[in-house]
Amino acid sequence: MTVLNRKQAPQFNGVENITLIKPEHIKLANGCDVYSFNSGGQDLLRIEWIFNNLRFNVAKPLLNVATNTMLTDGTTITTAAQIADHIDFYGAFLQVDYSYDHSQVTLYTLTKYLGSTLPVIKDIITNSVFPQKELDTFVRNQQQKLQVSLQKNDFVARRIFNKALNGDTIYGLAAQPEDFQSLTQEDLQAHFKEMYQPANCTMVVAGKVSKEAMALLTDTFETGWENQPAIADIMQPVLEPSSERFFYTEKPGALQSAIRIGTPFINRTHPDFPAMQVLNTVLGGYFGSRLMANIREDKGYTYGIGSGISSFKQSGSFFIASEVGADVSHSAVNEIEKEVNLLKKDLIPHEELSLVRNFMLGSLLGSLENVFSHADKFKNLYFAGLDYDYYDRYTAAVKSATSEELKALANKYWDFDNFYKVVVGKY
Amino acid sequence: MVKFNRFTLDNGLRVIVHEDSTTPMAVLNILYDVGARDEDPEQTGFAHLFEHLMFGGSVNIPNYDGPLQRVGGENNAFTSNDITNYYITLPSANIETAFWLESDRMLSLAFSKKSLEVQRNVVIEEFKQRYLNQPYGDVWLKLRPLVYKQHPYRWATIGKTIKHIEDARIEDVKAFFKKHYNPQNAIMVVGGDVKTEQVKQLAEKWFGPIPAGEKYVRNLPVEAPQHEERREAVTAKVPLNDLYIAFQMEGRLDSSFHAVDLMSDILSRGNSSRLYKRLVKDKQLFSEVHAYITESLDKGMFVMQGKPIEGVAIADAEAALWQELEILKQEEVPVDELTKVKNKTESIKAFSEMSLLDNAMNLAFYELMGDADNLNYETDKYLAVTSADIKEQANKLFRKDNSSTLVYLADKAEEVLETEFSELKN
Repeated sequence: MTVLNRKQAPQFNGVENITLIKPEHIKLANGCDVYSFNSGGQDLLRIEWIFNNLRFNVAKPLLNVATNTMLTDGTTITTAAQIADHIDFYGAFLQVDYSYDHSQVTLYTLTKYLGSTLPVIKDIITNSVFPQKELDTFVRNQQQKLQVSLQKNDFVARRIFNKALNGDTIYGLAAQPEDFQSLTQEDLQAHFKEMYQPANCTMVVAGKVSKEAMALLTDTFETGWENQPAIADIMQPVLEPSSERFFYTEKPGALQSAIRIGTPFINRTHPDFPAMQVLNTVLGGYFGSRLMANIREDKGYTYGIGSGISSFKQSGSFFIASEVGADVSHSAVNEIEKEVNLLKKDLIPHEELSLVRNFMLGSLLGSLENVFSHADKFKNLYFAGLDYDYYDRYTAAVKSATSEELKALANKYWDFDNFYKVVVGKY
Repeated sequence: MVKFNRFTLDNGLRVIVHEDSTTPMAVLNILYDVGARDEDPEQTGFAHLFEHLMFGGSVNIPNYDGPLQRVGGENNAFTSNDITNYYITLPSANIETAFWLESDRMLSLAFSKKSLEVQRNVVIEEFKQRYLNQPYGDVWLKLRPLVYKQHPYRWATIGKTIKHIEDARIEDVKAFFKKHYNPQNAIMVVGGDVKTEQVKQLAEKWFGPIPAGEKYVRNLPVEAPQHEERREAVTAKVPLNDLYIAFQMEGRLDSSFHAVDLMSDILSRGNSSRLYKRLVKDKQLFSEVHAYITESLDKGMFVMQGKPIEGVAIADAEAALWQELEILKQEEVPVDELTKVKNKTESIKAFSEMSLLDNAMNLAFYELMGDADNLNYETDKYLAVTSADIKEQANKLFRKDNSSTLVYLADKAEEVLETEFSELKN
């Protein structure tokens, strides 16, 4: 028997093929697109109704988010309590989620209860009324929640950063407690009517999508849900980044400072995006990244630091974020600057780059855990106006990225002096 | 149904294999039977600090993360009051790398002084970030010692104070490793695109030669039953008052567990729950209110928590929570309402089974509790709970002299909101 050599890593294999499941598509007579992913397997379903947000109104900044959040608060025929009772009785989950570009309703249900849970969704996306009493409760509770969030340095830093990059747009929204008071039932109803119509909706279905399930879905949502005479206005105003670059909010007694540094950036639709993801991963996109290795694992300034690229329909941003000991805020910012500039000056060593490439491919493979993840990948493409070629280009870019190419990208896109810098805490 | 095979190596390492060919990935999860409850009262936070040190290089492999990332893998870990759990996910073609890495750090660590020094700082920053520099962040540091007087659950996993973390020495690290990190105190689950025979062979190869070590025999102080009402009030710079009422309950393995768990669901799972409907929506006393249990292996906590609406007196908020508990004590839960929380439990189980990592972690934890197979009978145990069981538990738990109330009061003296917005506008 050979002696075990524990110093020697086992042989390993690269990730060769990544296969994405593509959806079936049908278009309902009322214009609603339906994409479905059938996995077989467990008898359950996740169904999403995704709507484009309406044009941002500076005077009424909370309409998109409030309309979405209050969808479960009552319709012409059902009270909030009845909606909750019904969904919970069948062990289902009804979620409403708001993001910058879209608002959505999600239903998680066992297939056997689909016939009982679907009518609830139909009811809320066709008949919601936003009762005044529920609105009052919503306003008060949201104001309270916001007050708590405003005590969190990372929350405050993120808001200041987004506002600086995106100005008075949906991407820069930084609501104040009093903004909630301007919400009216009338405005919510009008917003709802314009936005939640079938031509502005995409349904994404994932799980055990049987013929019966599809028939039930089609029957429920093809009839009795009509478009309004006016189509939804989903154009967003252009971004107006601030000319000011440095934002410091002092918090007396803070033990840590929240730091957020970055810049408006290309999004997923840009040809450089996949290679930029590689560069971002090297800098701060995984546990072994340069920022983590230096600022956490070498200096111990923080519990965590990372960088990322956000991709939205009309915007994108590159950011570095951390919470660091209040006494080392300056040192941390200096180290961040050093790491960004190193990537502009020196080539990434071959060993490090090949590690990052393998890591990213493994991570992509690992992100396809179940049929829901395949549906999520589809949404990334679909809402960016891309097709499945994107993931071919992405994997090709990851496999072929060279140190020279990444250095050129760092120089093309990163200028630390020109980055927005936000510090909340002590500096 | 989560299927598995299981075997034990000669050195005592328990191994469970969960084959799932629908994924190209594999998971290797190792649970060590050690948590914050096993710490010395003068060295709290040590189990968690130690978890950080497990990534600081092992006897033959100086860098843990690099080789794993190189083969497309990711890893993480967590420490609770009961256990420490480490997991790796990676493309199944590279599963042997996971065996190589995990077996070496079970064999021995590098015990690097630099690693200890840095991770001490990292954990101190974690302490600040999660417990001290957050509104309400220190609630558990205050609530635990109110509920527990003898049992080590009286401190949180992060530790009692930063001082204990600062004081950690390399000798303590070595002793802790020797005591807890050996095959007899571990349960390994390998799941995903793997075969049982392959796992057996790899386990023998990489873990088989590790010495069995000494079996740690747990002998913790038992928390005496509570017979007095406990109460504490603190004032802090937070925007809203916050109210906690905690009750001692039996441990995770007690037969009453499922009834008590469903009772917390009846009170607070989802928008149809009693607390949300009555106290948030109807009576408008709270902006948010929750009931939950800690699922501890030893004596646990049933916690009621809520933030009263501004202007609502703490005493009134407290009375409203007690009124809900009184209803549970006096009236049996209607059949429909009980069916509702049971249906929810069933569907949560179904959705959870879609995650390979969840399945692996659950198998390890159920094996620790006696038998991994019980994972597949858990739903049945919930379905068997009756309204009478719930009423019985309510009467057992919800006594004033079994309650610990923590009132977290907002110090309104300093209004800091204004400065934030003025900065923003500049």
